[in-house]
Amino acid sequence: MSAGLPLSYSLVLSAVLFTIGVAGVLVRRNALVIFMSIELMLNAANLAFVAFARQMRSVDGQILVFFVMTVAAAEVAVGLAIIVNLFRLRETVFVDEVNLLKG
Amino acid sequence: MTSAWLWAIPALPLAAVALNLLIGGRLGRRGIAWLSCGAVGASFLLALRAVVLLAALPQSQRVLSETAWAWIHVGDFSANVSFLLDPLSAVMILVVTGVGFLIHVYSTGYMAHDPSFRRFFLYLNLFMFAMLTLVLADNFLLMFVGWEGVGLCSYLLIGFWYERPAAAEAGKKAFVVNRIGDFGFILGMFVLFAFTRSLNFRDVFAAAPQAFASAPEAITLATLLLFLGATGKSAQIPLYVWLPDAMEGPTPVSALIHAATMVTAGVYMVARCHVLYQLAPASLMVVAVVGAATALMAATIGLAQNDIKRVLAYSTVSQLGYMFMACGVGAFSAGIFHLMTHAFFKALLFLGAGSVIHALSDEQDLRKMGGLAHRLPWTHATVLIATLAIAGVPPLAGFFSKDEILSSAFASGHIGVWAVGLTGAVLTAFYMFRLYILCFRGPSRLSHEAEHHLHESPPSMIVPLVALAFLSIVGGWVNLPFPAGAQAFERWLAPVFEGGPPLPARAPLSPGVEWILIELSIGAALLGIGLAFRLYLRKPEAATALATRWSRLRELLVHKYWVDEFYDAGVVRPLAAIAGWLWRFWDETIVDGAVNAVSYAFEGASAVLRLFQTGFVGTYALFLVLGVAALLLHVLRH
Amino acid sequence: MIYVFAALAATLLTSALLVVLHRNPVTSALFLVLAFCSLGGIYLLLGAEFVGLVQVIVYAGAIMVLFLFVIMYLNLQHDTESGVPTALRRGLGWIMGAVLLAEGLALMGRRWQPGPASEAPAYLQGNTQAVGQALYTRYLFPFEITSMVLLVAMVGVIVIARGRGAARLGGAEEES
Repeated sequence: MSAGLPLSYSLVLSAVLFTIGVAGVLVRRNALVIFMSIELMLNAANLAFVAFARQMRSVDGQILVFFVMTVAAAEVAVGLAIIVNLFRLRETVFVDEVNLLKG
Repeated sequence: MTSAWLWAIPALPLAAVALNLLIGGRLGRRGIAWLSCGAVGASFLLALRAVVLLAALPQSQRVLSETAWAWIHVGDFSANVSFLLDPLSAVMILVVTGVGFLIHVYSTGYMAHDPSFRRFFLYLNLFMFAMLTLVLADNFLLMFVGWEGVGLCSYLLIGFWYERPAAAEAGKKAFVVNRIGDFGFILGMFVLFAFTRSLNFRDVFAAAPQAFASAPEAITLATLLLFLGATGKSAQIPLYVWLPDAMEGPTPVSALIHAATMVTAGVYMVARCHVLYQLAPASLMVVAVVGAATALMAATIGLAQNDIKRVLAYSTVSQLGYMFMACGVGAFSAGIFHLMTHAFFKALLFLGAGSVIHALSDEQDLRKMGGLAHRLPWTHATVLIATLAIAGVPPLAGFFSKDEILSSAFASGHIGVWAVGLTGAVLTAFYMFRLYILCFRGPSRLSHEAEHHLHESPPSMIVPLVALAFLSIVGGWVNLPFPAGAQAFERWLAPVFEGGPPLPARAPLSPGVEWILIELSIGAALLGIGLAFRLYLRKPEAATALATRWSRLRELLVHKYWVDEFYDAGVVRPLAAIAGWLWRFWDETIVDGAVNAVSYAFEGASAVLRLFQTGFVGTYALFLVLGVAALLLHVLRH
Repeated sequence: MIYVFAALAATLLTSALLVVLHRNPVTSALFLVLAFCSLGGIYLLLGAEFVGLVQVIVYAGAIMVLFLFVIMYLNLQHDTESGVPTALRRGLGWIMGAVLLAEGLALMGRRWQPGPASEAPAYLQGNTQAVGQALYTRYLFPFEITSMVLLVAMVGVIVIARGRGAARLGGAEEES
């Protein structure tokens, strides 16, 4: 760990990763893949946090990353439970085949 | 200076109404009878006291005034609930409360078996309140309140037995026709206010000569409009058509409202506003002509009616015409005099007819009566007295008042009016004695049912008859020219009727001419009576022969000159058609359409908005991202 | 240094793209694991050793395992889908992503210049120790709350996953 990386490199990387996540959410119809794209977005945010923590020489950003990861884990668990339930009910995980809440 | 308690005179019947509403159910028939008759009786005593107080004042200052409540006060306009007692309203309140009391007592007997006894007295007391307010008011607005109130009570009482369609229709007809007159009254008030800036009697009458000097047509208009109201309330041409139908109501109602009190409101109003009418000679002429025409027309219709109450109804219309004739020729006190005597004998006639109807188990057709003279002695005696009175036979009351009217007409040069009045007198005597003979004399044509149940009426009904008979005999004596040219009644009313522009001078009649006129009046009465006896008692075949020869004329009379049919086709149907059109076009299409359009608009809008709720998570995610992109764009711009 | 970063970044982006593009969900999951590992490496480069290791252990090791477990359990088919509506939807998705990226970069470009290369932070103790100290002193309350979050998540998962529960499974077994 020597003279470092320009902050902007990390940020640009984070932005691109986030965009790929967004595209994934909008493009795919498999609920599990959509979920994975959401994880990508979360990780992009984490990367930004870490980059800034390094920039500002404080460890607070990394603490936040810690918390984000914990919550992401909980979220994944609950989300997968829901998807499993949905599969049991509708025999499908494709989100464009489920529109019971249509107005 | 003791207070006259004028406010209590209308307030007592109103209190009786309130008590009846609140606790009437627990009072029983006797309780209600005591309550209502007591309230009216107390009003009569208070009225008597007030008049005595009034009489104690010197003649030129006989006015008592009392304000109960400041009602309307806007800028410089005010109309209060305040009462005015002068000789004119004194006469009116005594007649209203006195005759009203007798009729209340009579009703306790007549309506004794009616299931809606309590409601009857409720309405009757309410009527007394309204009528007394009308008569005691000191401004047009309060008078109008009473005017409307008596109209309402008339509707309620005519349609008292509302389950009978004929009664309900008659009530409706009375109210609607009256309303047309009321419209005229209101417009008249508007014109008066526009020119004099006040609705108070004293102010208006004082200001009128000045205020209308520049626009004499306006005062003519105002008085004609007010007179339209009077034709409605007092059943003159063209708004008399409700009165005969009003006979569907109970007989005491016909006696009180449609003989003695409510229908006289128009006459009272014209007399009260005599200053205004004297300022508009054209209106006065109209009043006289309408009165004369109505008197004659109604008398002719009365010749051909077979229902005892219808005859009396047309007789009332006719006699009211006489009162307006008197006002029209400027003899206002003569008109009021006739109002008073007419109240006595017409109420008596109606109550007597009620007694007969009651005795015959609700038979009203004259063709099914006859020979009742000895079987209903009290009823017969009192009705005979009333019939003689109305025919104008001296020394009973009707003679004096009717003769007063006729000689005033002659003296003021209205010979045509006098002639019509004289003819009417002959007809009046004729048809009234026709009624008397068909009912009480001759062979009995009763049905078996009626024969079986025939009985004289109870004392509660007979005593008022006797009282009214007494009044019908002596009522005219208040205006006798002796002792020493007394004419007490006319002098009592004189301070009210002086003032205002002078009428065309009445050449005082020489005693010779006066006596000739009196003899002509008596002669007319005897002629009518004689003809009636001849046709209906001595030679009934002559009557039937006459009827066949003049059958077309008879048909015309029986059908009341087809006036009702004419009104129905010319006024009622077109209005109903317009109302129907308005309902279909305006109400259903436009108004309902507008309301529905609003709801359709919302439905449409929400149908569009609903498209956003696809139910697909992907769509929602897309909108989310779109929103974020828009926000970022916004941040970028600034 | 920069080359290591470039390599790791390239791996990260490629595997992320493949996650999104590949038809087979299992393959997508595996590429996601690769993405996480490369991200962990980047964390190490940025001097966040603790976070980097936790990333690999928790994300790649636990979460993705759970994902794969569910994918296998559901026995899914490939995502077959074609047609114009599909193409439209997909196109729209990519466009939106591109728009977002452009905006983000524009924001960064305008507001802010590439900062100075930062020194390695001078932790006297070392990264893990520093994180631990901060976590148990200044961030103690959020730490405890997070444990509550995990507890709630556990309970929630059990309740949801049971669903109509035994009855449904029983019925399904009778049918099959």
